[in-house]
Amino acid sequence: MKKKMAYTGQDYFKLVLLACLLFTFFVFLVMPLLMLFGKAFFDQSGTFVWFDQFITYFRSSNMLRSLCNTIEIAFISTFISVGTAFFFSFCLSRKDISFKRELKTSAMLPMFAPSMLFGMSLIYLLGNKGVLTQIGLQIPVYGKIGIVIAEAIYCFPIALMIIEVAFSAADNRLYEAADTLGASALRKMMTVTLPSVKYGLINAFFICFTYSFTDFGAPSVVGGNFNVLATDIYKQVIGQQNFNMGAVVGIFMMITTVISFIVNRVTSAKQTSAISSKSIPYKIKPHKFSDRIATLFCCIVSLTIVSFFLISLYGSLVSSWPYNLKLTLEHYDFTKIAAGTGLDALKQSIKVSCLVAVFGSLIAFITAYLIEKITVFPKIRKLLYFLSIAPTAIPGTVIGLSFILFFNPKSFAIPYTDWSIINSFNVLYGTTLILIVVNIVHYFSVPFVTASTSLKRLDSEFESVSDSLSVPFYKTFLKITLPMSVSALMEMATYYFMNSMITVSAVIFLYTPVTKLASIVILNINDAGDDAQAAALCMMIVMINMVVRFIYDIVHKRVMQKHQAWMVR
Amino acid sequence: MKLKKLLSKIFASVLILSVCAGCVQQTNSVSETEGSALDETTLNVYTALEDDQIAEYLKGFKERFPEVKVNITRDSTGIITAKLLAEKDNPQADVVWALSAANLLVLDSHDMLAPYAPKEIDKILPEFKDSTQTPKWVGIDAWETAILVNKEVLESKGITDIPTSYEDLTDPQYKGLIAMPNPASSGTGTLTVNGILTLYGEEKGWEYLDRLHENVAAYLHSGSAPAKNAAKGEYGIGISFGYRCIKSAKDLGDNGVVVFPEEGSGWDLEANCLIKRPEGEKEIAKKFLDWAIEDEQIQKYSVNYPIVATGIGDQIPEGYAVNPVDQLIKEIDLKWCADNRDRILAEWTARYDGKSE
Repeated sequence: MKKKMAYTGQDYFKLVLLACLLFTFFVFLVMPLLMLFGKAFFDQSGTFVWFDQFITYFRSSNMLRSLCNTIEIAFISTFISVGTAFFFSFCLSRKDISFKRELKTSAMLPMFAPSMLFGMSLIYLLGNKGVLTQIGLQIPVYGKIGIVIAEAIYCFPIALMIIEVAFSAADNRLYEAADTLGASALRKMMTVTLPSVKYGLINAFFICFTYSFTDFGAPSVVGGNFNVLATDIYKQVIGQQNFNMGAVVGIFMMITTVISFIVNRVTSAKQTSAISSKSIPYKIKPHKFSDRIATLFCCIVSLTIVSFFLISLYGSLVSSWPYNLKLTLEHYDFTKIAAGTGLDALKQSIKVSCLVAVFGSLIAFITAYLIEKITVFPKIRKLLYFLSIAPTAIPGTVIGLSFILFFNPKSFAIPYTDWSIINSFNVLYGTTLILIVVNIVHYFSVPFVTASTSLKRLDSEFESVSDSLSVPFYKTFLKITLPMSVSALMEMATYYFMNSMITVSAVIFLYTPVTKLASIVILNINDAGDDAQAAALCMMIVMINMVVRFIYDIVHKRVMQKHQAWMVR
Repeated sequence: MKLKKLLSKIFASVLILSVCAGCVQQTNSVSETEGSALDETTLNVYTALEDDQIAEYLKGFKERFPEVKVNITRDSTGIITAKLLAEKDNPQADVVWALSAANLLVLDSHDMLAPYAPKEIDKILPEFKDSTQTPKWVGIDAWETAILVNKEVLESKGITDIPTSYEDLTDPQYKGLIAMPNPASSGTGTLTVNGILTLYGEEKGWEYLDRLHENVAAYLHSGSAPAKNAAKGEYGIGISFGYRCIKSAKDLGDNGVVVFPEEGSGWDLEANCLIKRPEGEKEIAKKFLDWAIEDEQIQKYSVNYPIVATGIGDQIPEGYAVNPVDQLIKEIDLKWCADNRDRILAEWTARYDGKSE
């Protein structure tokens, strides 16, 4: 006999909350994506054409080539950045080298910049008049090679973060055993180190693959004659206003990212905890020769990354590269660029990012709370969990495109009738709010996982005790859970802020002249050939992000101290 | 199974809720809010003018109508045209300012233009405006193909010859040194291709473009990008338009040479129009069009473009050929360009798009 479930008033309140969240996901994720899928089966005049659009796609050699191009550059750049991140992380965690903190900080720099910056820097370094070209290094930077280098740098910090976590979970007993058995360094690497970070590597591989597969910024700057899917969607939608073909390209893009997402989840599900309570943290044993090589390697990687920032900074500070190298701040006068809207765009970017940070983190946190800390309604919670992690698998350009398709029409015609459904969500179209919403949805998964992890660490006793004392759950949430999760919330807000500052792909289809963001201005003025101003604006974004990150670090430290003081007491 | 029932109820209610909150059913004839006062304090202007020109040109309008918020949507010609076409059923623009006349003809073929005669229409030369009684579009100036040559780049490759004609550009010594605007996005690109197809005839014209393609390093998004990039030494030769070439050549000093091709330049008019709106057109939009052809404005246009809609400006800007009108290819027919636009762009894209930025 199944036990009869009795729902209390509180449970119904929880149900309402869950339903609200589900409804939000329905409107801002499920419906737009369904619109996109539907659109791919109609032609531009609105006639249902089955798979004709897909057939046209496959018949066009140019488009098919972009699909192959995109897969190719995503693979190569992923191998480069994951490989480099692996050795970099290995050196930092297993080798005795100095300036570890500085090396790591500099390796994380690419997180702060829009991916266009790496393309621009590449041109300053290796273009026809590049610094390195002048001293004899000839690399055809426009096209495949340029995109691969730019994407590899763009993905590096993400790969590094994931692999570093894997490396930190090492068990020294295994290395001791290997030493006792007289294993060589190579053998230790193959039998101890690699297996212990295997899942981290796989995870990093898939995330980087998705990043470089879907990136729009770098290929649009340095792509030259080399077409990729993200720029194809843009050309179809913006250049020819062919939303239907754009949807088809979007679907091809999504098939790949969804496969990558599924494979990643299946493999990481097999992961078992590498460390147990008996594990001993890894002890670094100095080894002069290999330590020197490790130092050299890390320095080269860090310097490469730093040089990408310095060269654009320099480019933005000289009067006219490469012929007039007089230092000047004229390119930083943003009231002169983009018909005088540059400064407004920067302000708009900051405004949008702040709002995304505040509301995005709160929504992600509440979602995670309802999924983690509620015991009733398991099926709804499971569905909500799935919707929360799904955005990882959806490229920004696809979300952006599906948003216009869903929010732009004033009404949807019902087939075979004279009736149509009025779309009251249309009021969002062209507003700042839609930019905020699209960013919250696009970047939802990472803050959500951060919140879940942090909530899992909190003892579930809090909930059960308050339940038995019949304290309403929202009181427990507001008075205990939320204050104890301040550090996680700050991390989430910082992530949201920085990504909303640099994103192009999700917002490129949704901005209007009034709501234009700084990252879009960068793209537009770079298209018009104003590289110095574009670099200057990039640098502003990098600086703002660095300041935000710096504030986060300081506040985080304070909070942790306070937190720990409380733990000691 | 009470739980299951409950779950399905919730699901159903979520669906119903979404239908109720999101949509109200009505018949297909969605009634527009008619007669409601138009918002005269905002003006949506779509333009393909250069960024640096807009700020300068717009000053006068902002001084005269300080209470009006002017929203400028600026992009390359092809993008603005595509945007206007896409918004056909739900127009966002009030006026179009300085867009290729050939593309305005395309918009007109979709019945998107509202006829309006600006106050000082009579002073505009007949070639510069629509021939109907109340013109649907009014030109302000003309712009034309020009080439910026960066001598320093050519010399670094051991080349001393400066190309002076379209034919010269196909010389194998310039292989990989030429940047050209992509006609699918850029108006300058389109008018250059139209010019070549007019000069050579269609068949020979495509043959010429095939040969030119061999030498082109990249097709860029906008008409100014090739000149700006040539000025930065990224390319040796940038196919662009007169104003931009002359401006960028100044940055290069002695190394910058502006070439107007011997065979003649492709050209187009920059023209204004009023966009037809279902709820009626704004008064402020008409005032904008009046203002846009006032003498003071025409004077400003003539600083950059020697050929303006009231005739050749008094002084020819430095850097231009002596008589800019003679430089233009006489045979170009804007109507033909408009009628064949889609076909030409599709053909161009199929042939060369692999090389487009």
